[in-house]
Amino acid sequence: MTTVSQAPPTTGDRLAAFARNLISPRGAVFLLLVVLLIAITVYNPSFAEPSQFIRFVQRVAPIAIVAIGQYFVIVGGEFDLSMGSLVTAQVVIAGNLIGQDDAKSIPVLLLMLVFGAFIGLINGLIVTFLKVPSFIVTLGMMLALLGGVLYWTGGAATGNPADSFREIGRGGIRDLPIIEILPWSVVVLVVVLVLAIWFSRRPFGRMIVAVGDNATTAAYGGARIWWVKSSAFIISSLSATVAGVLLVGYAGVHPSVGRGYEFIAITAVVLGGVVLGGGRGWVVAAAAGAFALEALFTLLNFAGVPSTYRDAVQGAIIILAVAYAATTFRARRKGHALEAPATHASPDAPPTSPEASQTSPEANQTSPAPRAKEPDATASARPAPIPSTQRADNETKGGL
Amino acid sequence: MRRRFTVASAMVGALALMTLAGCTTDPNVGAPTDEAAPSEEAVEWFDQELFDKQDAERDVIPAGPEGQPWLQHINAEMVDTSEFTSPGAKKACFANASISNPWRQTGWITMNEQLKVLQESGAISEMETRDAQDSDDTQIADIDYFINEGNCDVFLISPNSTAAMTPAVERACDTGKPVVVFDRGVQTDCPVTFIHPIGGFAWGIDTAEFLIDELEEGDKVVALRILAGVDVLEQRWAGAEKLFDEAGIEAVDYFTGADPAEIKKIISDELAKGDVDGIWMDAGDGAVAAIEAFEDAGADYPVMTGEDEMSFLRKWKETGLTGLAPVYSNFQWRTPLIAAQKIFAGEEVPKEWVLPQSPITAEEVDEYLALNENMPDGHYAKFGGEDLPGYPQVWEDRIIP
Repeated sequence: MTTVSQAPPTTGDRLAAFARNLISPRGAVFLLLVVLLIAITVYNPSFAEPSQFIRFVQRVAPIAIVAIGQYFVIVGGEFDLSMGSLVTAQVVIAGNLIGQDDAKSIPVLLLMLVFGAFIGLINGLIVTFLKVPSFIVTLGMMLALLGGVLYWTGGAATGNPADSFREIGRGGIRDLPIIEILPWSVVVLVVVLVLAIWFSRRPFGRMIVAVGDNATTAAYGGARIWWVKSSAFIISSLSATVAGVLLVGYAGVHPSVGRGYEFIAITAVVLGGVVLGGGRGWVVAAAAGAFALEALFTLLNFAGVPSTYRDAVQGAIIILAVAYAATTFRARRKGHALEAPATHASPDAPPTSPEASQTSPEANQTSPAPRAKEPDATASARPAPIPSTQRADNETKGGL
Repeated sequence: MRRRFTVASAMVGALALMTLAGCTTDPNVGAPTDEAAPSEEAVEWFDQELFDKQDAERDVIPAGPEGQPWLQHINAEMVDTSEFTSPGAKKACFANASISNPWRQTGWITMNEQLKVLQESGAISEMETRDAQDSDDTQIADIDYFINEGNCDVFLISPNSTAAMTPAVERACDTGKPVVVFDRGVQTDCPVTFIHPIGGFAWGIDTAEFLIDELEEGDKVVALRILAGVDVLEQRWAGAEKLFDEAGIEAVDYFTGADPAEIKKIISDELAKGDVDGIWMDAGDGAVAAIEAFEDAGADYPVMTGEDEMSFLRKWKETGLTGLAPVYSNFQWRTPLIAAQKIFAGEEVPKEWVLPQSPITAEEVDEYLALNENMPDGHYAKFGGEDLPGYPQVWEDRIIP
């Protein structure tokens, strides 16, 4: 599904470029995903049936949406550790405020969105104005939200909200040919993904990447750093809210719903080749990372890996995947890159550079963490026309 | 720019560590055990002697007042408490493991209502409670606080875990004041009385026998377990697994952390692999999600054992599935305070106070649904507080004291 923009024209050259792309960090996640899906099908052929597969997509939808939100924060150079707790908080809000009253569904949904945006704004403002590292801010927010949930529920499950509200996460369009059911979650995921792709190609979306790459340059280019970063946090909190709405339908209300989602989201984003520290990445690859991760969990389920060393297997695979991305990046910096030239890889052709598209003179914004300027060696969601050179190799900031 | 590189590497390393940590404590990680070989935990937790004892206790008619199961006891060896006899209202200090699941919350509400009755009768002046929030360390500190500064007349302890809490309980005993332990046990017999329902093996036997009766040899049962390492839960599974093995039922167990999203994943994966004929749960939390997974997949309802939590009883009735609600007697939360009163009055109490524990069967489910009609989903049908003054409003409102 996500390989659309990777599909090469038919010439042999392009095919070779495509193959190189697949083993590049950015393309590797798709290769990994395909390998995992094939492996699952080997263990359990019925998994490949459309009706089963769509259920798998439904299950991954909340995680993929959280990963998409996390992508914007990470590519903007920050972390959002509060997502999982926010999912939990939203699930509990839905359960407690809606109850069995259908009429409350819409008002409470609006309240949840406002609450989500508010949490994101708070995160963003503290990070940008008080200059507290996002790692700490969102860690604090994570604990604050968890504490709030614990205080409210005592740590135990409360009743589920009305079935009509849960329909979004649980139901779908039924009686379809082939796939039998098109879950609403899948529709929501597609909408969120399309919105995210569209947004990341807009000037503002590019601005987030530019700020993540080098806040100082972006500020000189006219970016309002505080607003760009806060927006990224608001996006991630809203995506956590959407995931919460889906999960309350899919699963029901329990204080453990959403636990660990921040780590799953960050892992998914890293698997998707997005650079921690910001400035490089592709939102589709981040979503694919979520699918790959969930496929890995499913594979371990089907393969019957004993519980005793299952976590170890999982952790080892994740470390290997991240290490693979790291070594390929380093190899490229040393001048023997494995992957295709940047121009082939860029999914975003429009040549609008953030520096060019924004000219407002707020150049005196200081960056909280000035970073070395870096050539766009990975050609991710960044504007394509910036030349890819080896010029500033020793100044690149990433270990990835 | 070497330093930047190092910093970035360190961050990656930290993230990987966090991911691992996240994975190990992550409830989203279902854990199938190898079906072929019995898992090590099961071997470790299975105790034939205890299994046989609890098996026998299931059939014993409990002694004690009719209709008040929280005062009844099974095969009790009474101990003399005259050394503690003392008039006047006493201060109770309660070291609670947690109130982090619906079962403990229901019990905690009941306990507070029981406290009001004893305060009115002048037996207990006040109860100071410390909630350890599922932490051994916190509970040890709580108990030591009570010993040193609590000015307590009696210690009530609901241990968070068995081995870790033993030394702290022994320190409480050393004060010479009466100690009452309930729910999970400790590895010492120094408390005046240890109050608990029959136990995990009885739960395992009740549930496994039910499933074995309803299913055929070779049928598949998925066991949904909350967490590893808690004796009362491990014994439920150890008992059931042994019987499944003997009866030729194929049983796969998973840890769910009671996370409904995880439960749904596990069930849908299992349904994708093939038919699931039975669901066994070591606690009812999340039972509704398990049933919903069958609905979502369009599969036939399984034969299922849940718990006496209202959400399961209601879903059971609504779907008409073949079910059994094993009970881990919630009314035991009344007994510790009553035991304290008896101890100060010099009355005999059982050394090991084994409370009755009998499942709710299909014939009884209507009766319990009617009795608890307006109770919230997290309420437990056998909570045993019907004769307390706050009934039913306090449990219906379910405001955690």
